Amino acid sequence: QYVPVKGDHVIGIVTGKAGDVFKVDVGGSEQASLSYLAFEGATKRNRPNVQVGDLIYGQFLVANKDMEPEMVCINSSGRSSGMGIIGQDGFLFKVSLGLIRKLLAPKCEIIQELSQLYPFELVLGMNGRIWVKAKAVQQTLIIVNILEACEYMTAEQRKQALAKVSGK
Amino acid sequence: MKATPLSNCERRFLLRAIEERKRLDGRQCYDYRNVRISFGVDYGCCVVELGKTRVLAQVSCELVPPKANRPTEGILFFNLELSPMAAPGFEPGRQPELLVTLNRLIERCLRNSKCVDTESLCVVAGEKVWQIRLDLHLLNHDGNIIDAASIAGIVALCHFRRPDVSVQGEEVTVYTPEERDPVPLSIHHMPICVSFAFFQQGNYLLVDPSEREEQVMDGLLVIAMNKHQEICTIQSSGGIMLVNDQVLRCSKITAVKVAEITELIQKALENDQKVRKEGGKFGFAESIPHQKITSFKMGSAAVDTNSVEEQAEEIITKAGPPSEVFAKPILHTPGTAQIGEGIENSWGDLEESEKEEAVEEEGESEATAFECQKTESEDVSTVKETKKDEPIVLSDSEEEEVVILEPQELPKKTRAQTNSKQESTRKKTFTKRRRKKRAAY
Repeated sequence: QYVPVKGDHVIGIVTGKAGDVFKVDVGGSEQASLSYLAFEGATKRNRPNVQVGDLIYGQFLVANKDMEPEMVCINSSGRSSGMGIIGQDGFLFKVSLGLIRKLLAPKCEIIQELSQLYPFELVLGMNGRIWVKAKAVQQTLIIVNILEACEYMTAEQRKQALAKVSGK
Repeated sequence: MKATPLSNCERRFLLRAIEERKRLDGRQCYDYRNVRISFGVDYGCCVVELGKTRVLAQVSCELVPPKANRPTEGILFFNLELSPMAAPGFEPGRQPELLVTLNRLIERCLRNSKCVDTESLCVVAGEKVWQIRLDLHLLNHDGNIIDAASIAGIVALCHFRRPDVSVQGEEVTVYTPEERDPVPLSIHHMPICVSFAFFQQGNYLLVDPSEREEQVMDGLLVIAMNKHQEICTIQSSGGIMLVNDQVLRCSKITAVKVAEITELIQKALENDQKVRKEGGKFGFAESIPHQKITSFKMGSAAVDTNSVEEQAEEIITKAGPPSEVFAKPILHTPGTAQIGEGIENSWGDLEESEKEEAVEEEGESEATAFECQKTESEDVSTVKETKKDEPIVLSDSEEEEVVILEPQELPKKTRAQTNSKQESTRKKTFTKRRRKKRAAY
């Protein structure tokens, strides 16, 4: 179960609009709120194009046990720095929180080995969600399965699995 | 808890993958997930795992009077429960629609197909019959509950043994398992449900949908068949239009699948029978795999300590000198000492009257606690001495006993020496202010 922490970058799913605020599910006990002005270049006239069911990558502005968590998609200087709506294609899946932290460590071996397979885009949310997009559906599926299996595999087994995939 | 909503991204991806005939876990369109059947210690208790979907089945029996319109038949009772541990969307208040659908399907599959011979459950016609009760619990929901539940149900019924009964004239004797071996139920055939998920108005078809696939499917077709290729139940939900040959194709696939699964069930039942006869260990504890890593483990990583010394020296030289150290405490009276001087009181100006009586106290010195431990007993005596001089005023607050002290010999910038004394003086200033307010009212 994910507990929202201030400053954490997470992937959320938009579940509804309430006035000028989006309700986003982040996998915690409560849904987070995301104001439509919290995007780069958003003004009252120029609203971001967010639909129900879209994926959002943002960080928590407010996250404590007394209040509903609040998310934003801009950083303190008003830039988006990679946050915002995640593109339409690609696949979202869930892994354990420990694996995410391992993947986010600098010079993570898993990511380096995977990047040698084929090019892909990867977004890691601290709430256990990962979004992957590769050129072909098959490639995306392979990456998804390897990442999910990384939880229980040792480094040796992972190298073997990757060798099998790249050898194919 | 609310279930996680399915994002547009996932939905689109799944549909695209299905168009390319790819499934998330790498199966083919007509592939089933691994079916694992394990039995409990009791007869009639089994767990079926279809991939990650798990269903627990338990059969029990009881002697009851029969139904009025069927005096020579036993009673069958089926119950399926969706446990909240199966999925975050299931709450104790339940998902009534899904539950009702599943229950009805199980009933039609097992009761209407007459797979269990109810006549043989009769003991005394019109008076006593066996009531067989099948309870199914869903332990984990990863798609295709109906298949797993039907397999679990029929396996449990086959595995169950009821107590032996003998009727002699008017006397009915029910033997305990110790007296006579319990008797299995008489089962004619084994109906098994197979589910098909349809996508894009019946263009694409998947067998044994997983949970994600179920969320994006257009419609579901369930066919219950036994190994003699007799269809027991067929149900189509979701409102998709199916053509004749699609349904026929599905039934052919079902025949193949049912044959495989029936064989698997027979093997599992035989294995269990053998183990029990040989006196080996059986039950759920045995069927859990050992030596399996269930959480991930960080391998110990080597730390490079070559340049540590240089880094440490760098840090030390760059760091500023430590702040001033007070070498010697000033001894006021035996048992009270002062370390360091305090800074100016930053609370703002107090009135004249308050100033006379207030003992200003700022912050705490770090060595106070240390002093406190050593000199606690002596300090108490010091406090008591000063108490005798002035009147003791007890405030209404729930805080500790408040004592008003006169600052006689103590310098203005005194550091309080003991914790208790600190609190009392601090609280005293608070209460002083409060009393003033009350006076104003």
